[in-house]
Amino acid sequence: MAQVLFWLMAIVAVASALTTIGSRRPVHSALAFLVTLLSLAVLFLLRSAQFVAVIQIIIYAGAILVLFLFVIMLLHAQSGEGPQLKLRFQRPLAIWLALLLFGGLSYLLISSPLSAAQPVPAGMGTVQAVGGTLFAHFLLPFEVASILLLIGVIGAVVLTVKEDEQPK
Amino acid sequence: MPSNISLLALVLITIVKGAVLIGALLTVFAYGTWLERRLVGRFQLRLGPNRVGPGGLLQPLADGVKAMFKEDFVPAQADRLAYWLAPALVVAVALTAFAVIPFGPPAVKLFGVPLFYISNVNAGILLILAVTSIGAYGVILGGWASNSKYSLLGGLRSTAQLISYELGVGLAILGVILLAGTLELPQIVEQQAGSWFGFLPRWNIFLQPLGFLLYAIGALAETNRAPFDLPESEHELTAGYQTEYGGMKSAMFYMAEYIDIALVSSIATLLFLGGWQGPFIQQLPALGVLWFLLKVLAFIFVFIWLRATLPRIRYDQLMDLGWKVVLPLALLNLLLTALMVLIWPWLGGGG
Repeated sequence: MAQVLFWLMAIVAVASALTTIGSRRPVHSALAFLVTLLSLAVLFLLRSAQFVAVIQIIIYAGAILVLFLFVIMLLHAQSGEGPQLKLRFQRPLAIWLALLLFGGLSYLLISSPLSAAQPVPAGMGTVQAVGGTLFAHFLLPFEVASILLLIGVIGAVVLTVKEDEQPK
Repeated sequence: MPSNISLLALVLITIVKGAVLIGALLTVFAYGTWLERRLVGRFQLRLGPNRVGPGGLLQPLADGVKAMFKEDFVPAQADRLAYWLAPALVVAVALTAFAVIPFGPPAVKLFGVPLFYISNVNAGILLILAVTSIGAYGVILGGWASNSKYSLLGGLRSTAQLISYELGVGLAILGVILLAGTLELPQIVEQQAGSWFGFLPRWNIFLQPLGFLLYAIGALAETNRAPFDLPESEHELTAGYQTEYGGMKSAMFYMAEYIDIALVSSIATLLFLGGWQGPFIQQLPALGVLWFLLKVLAFIFVFIWLRATLPRIRYDQLMDLGWKVVLPLALLNLLLTALMVLIWPWLGGGG
């Protein structure tokens, strides 16, 4: 059952990822990306990471990708087609860099001693377990990350206030 | 998962429960429209639809037949994929969220599994938030795919509204979660059993009055209901993102709206009004379903009442309310709740 689901979701994830980069209409790309995110959430679930799966949907699918769609629709509302920007060296450079990344990752994958996945201990991946780990072992990184996000929020607010108008 | 029945039987039971639930929700949609039209009629000193069947009870059926036989058109230059996907998505999402809603106590069992809910997942209420956040795609895609400026503006407005109020709703819910110490909905309801001082039910609304108010405001905004029904404000945007939809596809947007109303009413009932808790629940646990449905119905009635009473607010007022009133107050509520739990840990029952 889990095996079947894994292969099904893995194929869907890869196929939708290919559609994301292959589609001519940006909105369809975004939709394909949504499918990728959802299938990844199912893969997380299969590894008992319930909390990560739910958060993946709330944050990425529910918030970030909606903003992507906003930008796409406001910029190309008429046709939904992408801009015709072409840098001459972009395509060959992209191909070479992608091949390099693929080679590097493949090398790491082949050279690393991979074993079958360990059985997951009971209760791992639940909200309680993730929260406990986060606030007990990783408290400092957690707090640092939250301050980083706060800086980002304040920065965004500052950027949106125009020079000549005072904030009310 | 109970071990005394096979996986196949469990899957079969779940499918049957799901089918029954979907049938019930479609009935809620049909008679939600009837209830709304009759009640709004009364509020406005009219009769409302009362011609088809006794008291107009067959009106939803007539409406359904009408929607089915309408021309099924697609606007010129519409994005066909997105145009078809949007209504299907909003309905599917609204139905899916009900999979984790418990209608009655887990003690009532059939074949060894709880009868009154489909599943009880660890992340319960979070899962509902996750599923409903996907619903925004239906609205934004429907608006964009129709290739019409009213639809696009309506869709963008609606999505901005959804995202803005999702934050307030999430924070208001967090207060209850802090008290309960769990995300599992059946457990949250179980903790609201009993009473304060012997007469006041031990519901979370008495510990979280501000949280309840904020949730109610957010719920109205998230379901695009009056006074927050800006996405479909007729005089500005015709019908917003639904403008270019007709026949059954248009009906599906309405279906999603009414099922969403039932959903937010159910969540409010579970989190703040004690879910299935009520008199004689100890003697007859199945009675809980009746209490649950009554509370949800009361909530839906208030929804309709508000629609007939309040004027629509302006878009900038809507955003101001969301970001400058609801969000800070929800943060304050969270802070107060955290202090409360710190000082009197026995209050919530989570410990």
